[in-house]
Amino acid sequence: MRAPGPPDRLVPVIEVSHLAKRYGGRTAVDQLSFTVRPGVVTGFLGPNGAGKSTTLRLILGLDAPTAGTATVGGVPFRRHPRGLRHAGALLDAGQVHGGRAAAAHLAALARSNGIPRRRVDEVLGEVGLADAAHRRVGGFSLGMKQRLGIAAALLGDPPVLLFDEPVNGMDPEGVLWVRRLFRRLAAEGRTVFLSSHLMSEMENTADDLIVIGRGRLIAAEPLRDFAARGARRAVLVATPQAAELTAVLTAAGASVTPEGPPTPESPPTPESPPTPESPSGTKRLSASERAPEHLSATERLTVTGLPAARIGALAHEHRIRLEELTTPTASLETAFMELTADATEYQTGTPR
Amino acid sequence: MKTPPLSPALPPPTSPPPSPPPARFRDLLAAEWIKTRSLRSTPWTLALTLLFVIGSAAVATASDHVTRPGPADFLPFDAFPPAGSWTLTLVAGSAGALTVVSEYGTGLIRATTVAVPARGSVVLAKAAVTAALWTVAGAVAATGSFLASQAVLNERHAAVPITHPGVFRALAATTLLAPVCALVGLALGVLIRHAAGTMITSVFLLLMLPPMFSERDRWSAELKHALVTPAWSRLVQNWSPDPASLGHSATVPGSWTVLTLWPLLTLTLAALVIHRRDV
Repeated sequence: MRAPGPPDRLVPVIEVSHLAKRYGGRTAVDQLSFTVRPGVVTGFLGPNGAGKSTTLRLILGLDAPTAGTATVGGVPFRRHPRGLRHAGALLDAGQVHGGRAAAAHLAALARSNGIPRRRVDEVLGEVGLADAAHRRVGGFSLGMKQRLGIAAALLGDPPVLLFDEPVNGMDPEGVLWVRRLFRRLAAEGRTVFLSSHLMSEMENTADDLIVIGRGRLIAAEPLRDFAARGARRAVLVATPQAAELTAVLTAAGASVTPEGPPTPESPPTPESPPTPESPSGTKRLSASERAPEHLSATERLTVTGLPAARIGALAHEHRIRLEELTTPTASLETAFMELTADATEYQTGTPR
Repeated sequence: MKTPPLSPALPPPTSPPPSPPPARFRDLLAAEWIKTRSLRSTPWTLALTLLFVIGSAAVATASDHVTRPGPADFLPFDAFPPAGSWTLTLVAGSAGALTVVSEYGTGLIRATTVAVPARGSVVLAKAAVTAALWTVAGAVAATGSFLASQAVLNERHAAVPITHPGVFRALAATTLLAPVCALVGLALGVLIRHAAGTMITSVFLLLMLPPMFSERDRWSAELKHALVTPAWSRLVQNWSPDPASLGHSATVPGSWTVLTLWPLLTLTLAALVIHRRDV
């Protein structure tokens, strides 16, 4: 993937080990361990206040950990006299001086690291701000500031990139652009670490996920595995012959729950998408939030333990009419809500 | 360094060096200079401050109608009246503080620190650029004030040349006052980080505190002499203290030392503290 270079550029890995950070009596990050690999986009997910930004600051050496270590390419980031060639970061798009032109902001950062001035024009072009290069940043929209922050992260052509909530304030076109950019940066063999509280954003961008809640690791695994937790292979069936179908399916080894108010064990249904912004405390959607359609004799059942195709075949064999047969797509949001609902239950995690 | 980018849209790394170039301090100086000159407020602040300081010398001299017997002598507090020196102190201290607190206020300090994890070097580079800028401003203010004052006195045939005894020391002290105040402000900015708190502390230390102490008691006089503006005042003053006076006077070498030590000590403290704190 990479030709030989200096040792710290060989393995552009972010390694967090037993990391802890306390501010006074408040624990922001606790016993956090994970690894972010190069070549893929890794999402960093957690509800607001979970400790994502703190972790990023610890990785970048801005804050000193109370315990544990965080390294970039095997080295604590603070050890580098200059940082931009080792890692690029967008922590907060607002972290610019509004009185300075975009080009001047980047020129100062570039110069401090001995990066040639022409690189500033290159990255401004790359993020689509070439025309705004000499406008003062104070007049920029949030989306433009995000682009400027991404440009700053790219300045040193670093092997490791960290972005904190990069799509906030971006228009749909910008979101698509940034998604493609992250994928390309990862495809080039870089380590791309992307924090967000927007699960939908991760669904479309990340390959791996690191999920934290209340400063502790909840999950570190491929996105597909994580999302599968939410679906639990539940199938939604609507039929006017509910009793018969229940008997048939139970006989075939499935567990069938009539659709009422979902019990805590029943998996949530996917048809009404959860609002992405809903706080982590909102555990599940209540039945009343679903489309209030009342089919006269039709009942709806949630079936787990059998795939939809098998349910359809069984129904057909027994001449049971089905009015609806839905396999929920694996929902990242659902998985996320369930896992973070009570973060402390999952404190052990599986550090990799 | 890496395989060619998959898409031609991403510019290839401009310089794929086998190893990053050495971390040079002069690059940090250049970066801080870019930051300073890219703010529109910098030239405006300098121009207006100099205009006011030099103008205040002309006004103070013009309104000083005391007739003095004998040959013309250097009138230091006509050339460097309180209005001018206080303004220079206030603006230089605030401008120095702003170079730091504007970064903390906006959060830019985080981007700066990711770019340059060697925080002490950043403080040092900021200090060097600030000192250079305000030394030039101080020199212009000092020379301009002196010339404006003498131009007014010349009409009364009471002007003195720049070679007159005591003039050079006053010019040097006034030139130094600006960078000393700017550096103290900068160091306070690193220590306090909040704009309002830094401004108040810097104004308090530089301007409000000295009048609290008289020269009647020894302890009080020594505290006063250890402050920036009284030290400047002692150096500008071109007469020797009256030996019969009941007050305690500062010495000239002691006053130079005070002017030098304030920025040195506050900056050392700032450089130590910035390494230990979270950004």
